Amino acid sequence: MFYREAGQFKDSYESDQAIFPVAQDRWFVFGVVIAAFALVPFFIGDYWTNAVLLPLLAYSLAALGLNILTGYCGQVSLGTGGFLAVGAYTTFKLVTAFPELNFILVVLFSGATTAAVGVVFGLPSLRIKGFYLAVATLAAQFFLVWMFNKVEWFFNYSPTGQITMPPVELFGVLITGPRAPSAAKYLFCLGVVAVAAYAAKNIVRSRIGRAWMAIRDMDIAAELIGIRPLMTKLSAFAVSSFYIGMAGSLYFGVWLGSAEPIEAFGIEQSFLVLFMIIVGGLGSILGSFLGAAFMVLLPIVLKNFMVDGLSMAVVTAKHVEIMSLGMLIVFFLIVEPHGLARLWQIAKEKLRLWPFPH
Amino acid sequence: MLKRIAGIFSGVLVSTLLFVSTAGAYELVMPSMDYRTGPYAPNGIPFANGYHDYLVMLNERDGGINGVKINLVPCETAYNTKQGVECYEKVKGEGDGALIIQPLSTGITYQLIPKAPVDEIPVHSMGYGRTSAANGKVFKWIFNFPATYWDQAAVALKYIGDREGGLDKLNGKKIALVYHNSAYGKEPIRTLEAGAEKFGYEFMQLPVDHPGQEQKSTWLQIRREKPDWVLMWGWGVMNQVAIKEAASIRYPMDHFMGVWWSGSENDVLPAGEDADGYLSGAFHAPGDDFPAHDDIKKYVYDAGKTAPGAERERIGEVLYNRGLIAAVYASEAIRNAMDIHGTKEVNGAMVRDGLEAMDLTEARLTELGLPGFTIPVKVTCANHAGPRKVAIQQWDAKAKEWNFVSDFYDTMHDIVDPLIEEDSAGFAEENGITPRDC
Repeated sequence: MFYREAGQFKDSYESDQAIFPVAQDRWFVFGVVIAAFALVPFFIGDYWTNAVLLPLLAYSLAALGLNILTGYCGQVSLGTGGFLAVGAYTTFKLVTAFPELNFILVVLFSGATTAAVGVVFGLPSLRIKGFYLAVATLAAQFFLVWMFNKVEWFFNYSPTGQITMPPVELFGVLITGPRAPSAAKYLFCLGVVAVAAYAAKNIVRSRIGRAWMAIRDMDIAAELIGIRPLMTKLSAFAVSSFYIGMAGSLYFGVWLGSAEPIEAFGIEQSFLVLFMIIVGGLGSILGSFLGAAFMVLLPIVLKNFMVDGLSMAVVTAKHVEIMSLGMLIVFFLIVEPHGLARLWQIAKEKLRLWPFPH
Repeated sequence: MLKRIAGIFSGVLVSTLLFVSTAGAYELVMPSMDYRTGPYAPNGIPFANGYHDYLVMLNERDGGINGVKINLVPCETAYNTKQGVECYEKVKGEGDGALIIQPLSTGITYQLIPKAPVDEIPVHSMGYGRTSAANGKVFKWIFNFPATYWDQAAVALKYIGDREGGLDKLNGKKIALVYHNSAYGKEPIRTLEAGAEKFGYEFMQLPVDHPGQEQKSTWLQIRREKPDWVLMWGWGVMNQVAIKEAASIRYPMDHFMGVWWSGSENDVLPAGEDADGYLSGAFHAPGDDFPAHDDIKKYVYDAGKTAPGAERERIGEVLYNRGLIAAVYASEAIRNAMDIHGTKEVNGAMVRDGLEAMDLTEARLTELGLPGFTIPVKVTCANHAGPRKVAIQQWDAKAKEWNFVSDFYDTMHDIVDPLIEEDSAGFAEENGITPRDC
């Protein structure tokens, strides 16, 4: 009733190729984006920013990156933690060596470095597939974290191997460090994520995105119709790593502020981001965001509900939280193996018919 | 199905919103960053219980501190930095604002060091965290008394020197460090390197990755290289595994020494008789035969106000007592703050002044029911690490108890002080801090 395409005619190629061909979708997404930019900053304090929104945005960007590689191009990767580390350490080295460099450039450059590293570790994908590729990318994970822990130049010879982000200004406003206003940090991350998501949505609809999907669906057939596996797979690794590198930059620079390699960029991060795209939906931009929201927000909502709402003991709540998070993941995967994004799509289908489903 | 899911979600959200806590009378908000889950829980639980029990005992016996009730706010960090940050952001605004934070994690301490001056909440990283925070001129809001990791490393060298018959006998010896591969475990390296230069021993570094369950290769290397002494900076499961591995290669336990975080009952008990003779640092006594412990049993355990799962038999374990002394320092800081500022409604900034005015004498310890429990602590504006003295204790596996085998050693000021000066100056420069005059 409220959601239908009837009467929405497309009279040009542009309107036919729009990202959101249905007007309601378009207005809804515009509304969400405008609210996120214009309304949310007025209502957030330190808790919302540092505990909820910044991790959500950083992980969304990382999930977006991994989704390009795994969801769209079909190459399983367990190297996300290592690639996040490349982004983070590039940011650290750049801001400590060139403090006056514009932070947007720092983020982009962190992405570019990570893309280069990603391409190198993507080379084995030309010969190995599936689980074997996952193992090969695992090597990237362990090697990179080991390197950042071992080579002192990367952490500026600090005695503990900890990297700490100095305060950085963008257009005269602090955006990193504890003195930066919450809204500034949030808006900066939101800006990066919004542009990146818009770009990703368009890349996957372009020739190169279709080539990725062809490789994913059947690489031999794709090769036969003239898609070059070398360029296609490596470009997927490059673009994916670029996104994960930018995510690493936000993750370390804006959100955490200080990090030690094993804990912040360990194998757990690789799994976490992989779970995000599996729960959210492989091969879906929206799914990256839904998955990140699921994995980041749900533990916090559950915890606050049990501790503040039900006055449970903190430790009991933690145990229940670990168990229920596991059960919810299983539940959602049974209900919809294609992820939350598919659930959303089904919901839209139903809304289209409502209130007359037959 | 969708409706049901939506229903569950909105239910959770609405109920979260409904239960916003309401403000009441002024209370002293003291967060407790616990970890009762995960690979570090064996050590996190006794500490959290000690902290909890002492403060609850104050509430029950004295009605709080100077008659003002303590609101103990626990938060589970699982020794994970990110969860620690979430906890910090949550507890800092609780009630009238958190008064003092004791993160019990070097990683979380590093996160909070830049936040403390902004939020005006002092951080007391008691014998952990960033060593150079000892320099109060630079680190106004961070305290790490009664000793730092670099002091522990220096004292370990002194003790080894005593056992070998003089520090000059260290020349040509081989000393290995088995450490948790994190900021925490790497802390002593710089001091031990400086010591190696000065005393001429060979220094071996053996990192163990989180969580520390896999150490076979580390101990194989020790068996091959046969270091004369092994030092350990471990935490959580890593300690138990290391002591068991050391026993399995028959490494002499009385040449194996842990930091004060690697010397509690949980760490040695799994190795049984084999752990006999294992050494560790300490800055307070073990055991439950102090009047304060009697009060805890009476007001907390007999009254059934314990933390979930706390057991009476475990009162007086090393880490329980460590949690207790952390609570003593925090409550004394608040008491000082009330005296200095002449008000009962203190805030974080006032408690910082209270920490800086800390002068916990033996007479005061006796009043608190802890005679001879630890060394007196005096903090000044320039020295946030207090006495910086460490004793060595040894495990007696038959009696199942820890015994002091040395007096409190003073640190090696000639090695450690220049390192502290250098590191804190670096921090001040990076962050544009002008050191205070004092």
